[in-house]
Amino acid sequence: MADHIVRAFDVDLEALSRGVAELGGLAESMTARAIEALVRQSPAMANEVIALDTKLDALQQELEEKAVLTIARRQPMAVDLRAVIAAIRVTHDLERIGDLAKNICKRVLAITGLVQAPKLVKGVEHLSQLVLTQLKDVLDAYVERNSEKALAVWEHDENIDALYTSLFRELLTYMMEDPRNIGVCAHLLFCAKNIERMGYHATNVAENVYYLVTGGKLLAERVKADMTSLEKPMSAK
Amino acid sequence: MVAATQQETQVPTARRWRGNAAVGALAATLLITGVLALSGAPFLLPALVGAIVIAVAALARPRAQRQMAAEMTLSQENVRAGIQAIVSGFADPVVVLDAQGNVTMFNAQAKAALPQLGIGRPLSFAVRSPEVVSAVERVLREGAVAETEFHEKVPVERSFEVRATPVRFDAAPAGATSSAIEIVMLFRDVTAARRLERMRVDFVANASHELRTPLASLYGFIETIEGPAKNDPAAQARFLAIMREQARRMSRLIDDLLSLSRIELKEHVHPTEDVRLDSVLSEVVDTLTPLALECRTKIVLEGANRVLVTGDRDELIRVFENLIENAVKYGQSGGRVDVALVDGERAASVTVRDYGPGIAPEHLPRLTERFYRVDVAESRQKGGTGLGLALVKHILNRHKARLLVRSELGAGASFEVVFPKPQGGESPGA
Repeated sequence: MADHIVRAFDVDLEALSRGVAELGGLAESMTARAIEALVRQSPAMANEVIALDTKLDALQQELEEKAVLTIARRQPMAVDLRAVIAAIRVTHDLERIGDLAKNICKRVLAITGLVQAPKLVKGVEHLSQLVLTQLKDVLDAYVERNSEKALAVWEHDENIDALYTSLFRELLTYMMEDPRNIGVCAHLLFCAKNIERMGYHATNVAENVYYLVTGGKLLAERVKADMTSLEKPMSAK
Repeated sequence: MVAATQQETQVPTARRWRGNAAVGALAATLLITGVLALSGAPFLLPALVGAIVIAVAALARPRAQRQMAAEMTLSQENVRAGIQAIVSGFADPVVVLDAQGNVTMFNAQAKAALPQLGIGRPLSFAVRSPEVVSAVERVLREGAVAETEFHEKVPVERSFEVRATPVRFDAAPAGATSSAIEIVMLFRDVTAARRLERMRVDFVANASHELRTPLASLYGFIETIEGPAKNDPAAQARFLAIMREQARRMSRLIDDLLSLSRIELKEHVHPTEDVRLDSVLSEVVDTLTPLALECRTKIVLEGANRVLVTGDRDELIRVFENLIENAVKYGQSGGRVDVALVDGERAASVTVRDYGPGIAPEHLPRLTERFYRVDVAESRQKGGTGLGLALVKHILNRHKARLLVRSELGAGASFEVVFPKPQGGESPGA
């Protein structure tokens, strides 16, 4: 990026990017720990993540404020304006990801001690790994200002949808196998849905990175592999 | 020695610049006063005097002071070069930050561990972990050493211990104002240690769960042989055969669990040797030919000669043994397994294709999960442990390779392993 005549402008823009990266780091860490709390059935860890959400919200608001001030003071144009707008949008998505992680942790508190077999959470863990990879890649794309990487993240969301569909069926099977599983599996279904939503927010971030770098939009409809909303419920035999 | 010669060449340059500045200042002030004089300003004389005073002052700054300034910047440069050399000499990743948290130096180990590192860029572009970010903030606020640990889950699990130390790379003589605070960050890779701690727990959890079924059946048969079948040699022989099969399954399971643990332990270390993929494949095909005959299946190997990839030979043999064995066992109704090796510009790839019943789409994304089986009964009957593809995935992760699975019900399945080649022009973080 070429330097501006007003050096303070560069400082503002860089502080903004740095803030977004740090917010992303917080969202990543909350997600990873939420899943760990779920897999290890650890209420203590879940509570830690829930506490972090306040920090995430505060940081997000601070960044938004900073972005608005930058627009007001510097009247940015072209790529600078896009950087500020993208920062505002990206922080929103990251904040949502943190909320979803918090929600998973609340469910962990509800089901601790009730998960009978480790196989129940295995699929959710696998799904989370895909989403964490997406999140890492898209944040790397953001700091590198790499539109190609962002595009790759955007396209890979399909895998998450496919896995989510498969998980949905699996959890239904467990519920039919043994009604005692229903409570836990219902919570796990929501956890899986939350993780799938995180993937959606990661693709939003990817769209904004693409917009930031190229000024263009990733408009074409993505391939949709999540069919659970169209699926007929399985009937018990 | 180097410092002395540099000093000799540097000082005259500094003096010349100073002289030029003085001449410039004189010319500029004369010009301004001239303009003012033309516009009829009444303060021509005082202005002229002022200009001359400024110019003379600039010329006559004490020579000693100038020399000292030049020496100071010089020795500071030397100090920095020395520090850079020390930083490069560390076997662990080291990053140096300025007071704004921007990277000023790092070594090759740091770049390998944190590819987003770049001079003049914030550290948080490379390490986003909140633990590290707050450690840096703490050091800047309190001026004391901060220690922390951070973990990464994807693409491979890694853990680092981080020690952030505030320093002043101070070359100024005593009494002069000291330079700004900087931070030296030392990273220590503790992935292996953390893994070992957890491995024991995971191993017990996995093993106890999966070993329970065959163990229960062994126990049942022993009771039967001791009791109802005590005097029935025919039944005893039948039961003993089943028991042997169960015991064999248990030992295979333990073998697989152990190799999985071993691979996981070094998953974050990428292999460095060169391996010939073609010879790996022909070796695997030779080993599996007897099994293929038994299953009345033909393995067809085709493709490029001599393909080199970076990898671990034994582990790659393991990967293709698993893939081809699966294809032979589960796709045997197709009577044929194709193994194709393709060498391309950007990647080398191996495709193992069978013509069996295929795999339903909902299973595809999950095949590499531990103990995930498409059909539990069929897998057990064929001696599967449910760990084969998990093992494949971990080995390929270590090789930075990818596994692509394509299948349709009724149309067979294909497993493609893609080894990306390092691209010359690719430089992350640029």
